[in-house]
Amino acid sequence: MSSIINIQNVSKSYWRDSLEIPVLNDITINVQEGDFLALMGPSGSGKTTLLNLIAGIDKPTKGTVIVADTDISKLGESALAKWRANSVGFIFQFYNLIPVLTAFENVELPLLLTKLSKERRKKQVETALSLVGLGDRMYHYPKQLSGGQEQRVAIARAIVTDPVILVADEPTGDLDRNSASEILILMERLNNEFKKTIIMVTHDPHAAEKAKQIRHLEKGDLV
Amino acid sequence: MKVLKLILKNALRHKLRTTLTIFGISIAVIAFVLLRTVVTAWYAGVEASSANRLIVRQAISFIFPLPYAYKDKIASIPGVETVSFANWFQGVYIDKNQFFARLAVDAETVFDVYPEFLLTKSELENFRLERNSCILGQDIAKQYNLKIGDVMTIEGDIYPGRWNFVIRGIYRPRDNTTDATQMLFHWNYLDERMRQEAPVRAGDVGWYIVKIKDPNQSASISQQVDALFKNSRSETKTETERAFQQGFVQSTSAIITSMNVLSFVIIGIILLVLGNTMIMSARERTREFAVFKTLGFSTFHLTGLIGGESLLISALGGGLGLFLSFPIIEAFQTFIPKGFFPIFRVEPITIIFAIASALLIGLVAAIFPIQKALRTSIVEGFRFVG
Repeated sequence: MSSIINIQNVSKSYWRDSLEIPVLNDITINVQEGDFLALMGPSGSGKTTLLNLIAGIDKPTKGTVIVADTDISKLGESALAKWRANSVGFIFQFYNLIPVLTAFENVELPLLLTKLSKERRKKQVETALSLVGLGDRMYHYPKQLSGGQEQRVAIARAIVTDPVILVADEPTGDLDRNSASEILILMERLNNEFKKTIIMVTHDPHAAEKAKQIRHLEKGDLV
Repeated sequence: MKVLKLILKNALRHKLRTTLTIFGISIAVIAFVLLRTVVTAWYAGVEASSANRLIVRQAISFIFPLPYAYKDKIASIPGVETVSFANWFQGVYIDKNQFFARLAVDAETVFDVYPEFLLTKSELENFRLERNSCILGQDIAKQYNLKIGDVMTIEGDIYPGRWNFVIRGIYRPRDNTTDATQMLFHWNYLDERMRQEAPVRAGDVGWYIVKIKDPNQSASISQQVDALFKNSRSETKTETERAFQQGFVQSTSAIITSMNVLSFVIIGIILLVLGNTMIMSARERTREFAVFKTLGFSTFHLTGLIGGESLLISALGGGLGLFLSFPIIEAFQTFIPKGFFPIFRVEPITIIFAIASALLIGLVAAIFPIQKALRTSIVEGFRFVG
């Protein structure tokens, strides 16, 4: 299996006034295509920062981040936005659905950036929502859905463009045990049946158990 | 779902706030349109003035009369086509608070020098034949429900006594800048009565209206007229009709300037109202903008979303304000004397100004929220706690 994510000697620091705060220290990691990687570690260990670098929503201070043969650390903002739209699906802890849009419209959002026809978009949205088991909730607004259902809409939004990788930041962190379990089963299915490469940040050892590979971060170092 | 639908949904997210903002903008637009309409109405006389008409008045002040005998002398100057004259009569018709111009005019020449007052041939003939007849502007006839043949009784003040006039014509304005609120009657009728009741006031006219053949000759003819009466008992001051009207307007220039300034202050108020709404709205959505960016929405898209929302609100507020301005201005007109602002309507330039201002404000109000949304990184956006 080929390497889809190749991170070489990546460091990341933030600045607070003149004080440099190192978050990641010389990280090197490879993720194979079709892998399901769980990143674990205590708060402040740098796991979300690493996920952000892989997803192209932040840039490393040093090193290279190559995802699906693209060195995203060298892309400009506009190119990076296009790359994210085509290559990455995002699942957040707090779902981050747009409250004024229905489940259907939320899932359709990433497709608005494509040249797909209205009919084609509709078909893809319906497929994605059916896949996450919300075919009957398409025209519900987020406030009319439970937390687990909202997260499933977020997963449908993440997969609707058929991205190369899925990144999930604490996807079960805001859910009860049953809902969390349903989400993890869904993610497992996406990995096993649809061969999606998934990188998941989690605190929860039960969630991490679903991954094929677990890596720990501590104080910015992979251990 | 289209981006426009998303803009609409975002704009209606806080219905009360958006509604109040739209009403705020519309009230400001109404105030803007009303002020601009008053300002343009003030200048209506200047706009309606003709390039080939000169006004000859007493050099010291407009309130002093000129001798009737000047008429033929002025007419003898080369380049002069017609000489007419008028007296300010004033008087009270029904209600002293209802003002409109009542003028004693030369019945033979007045409609030659004012071709913008349209009369039928028979109306003009009947007017000329009957000494105590008068002609009314159609707006005044309509306001008082007067028709041809009716008798109009005016209580004189400058020229005391009861004055009865038979209406023999109702003139229509040729242009939309023509004053249709005047009442014109025979100067001869006034003069005859003055000869009987106040001989010292007989033979006086208020001012001359001189129609010239070539507007380019206005300066030269004006000089010749004034030279003709230099060192006489009543020296004259001759100027173009436009300059004469401007002289009136300039006497109130401080008020006009204040109104002009105020109308643009109102635009500033609209900007602050909408700007405040857009800043609050964008701040509340900092996380959402981070989501949009994460999903691949570009600078162009975010600018369109925020700018579109701002433009939509400003266009709705501006449109509503403009729509309501017309009936409000109609209503306002009923509270002011008809003759005070003979031409009182929303001018196309005012509409253009109002629309352009509303749209410009929509764009300007969006600048800061757009800048903020674009400058905030995705990571900062997700960390934002509103």
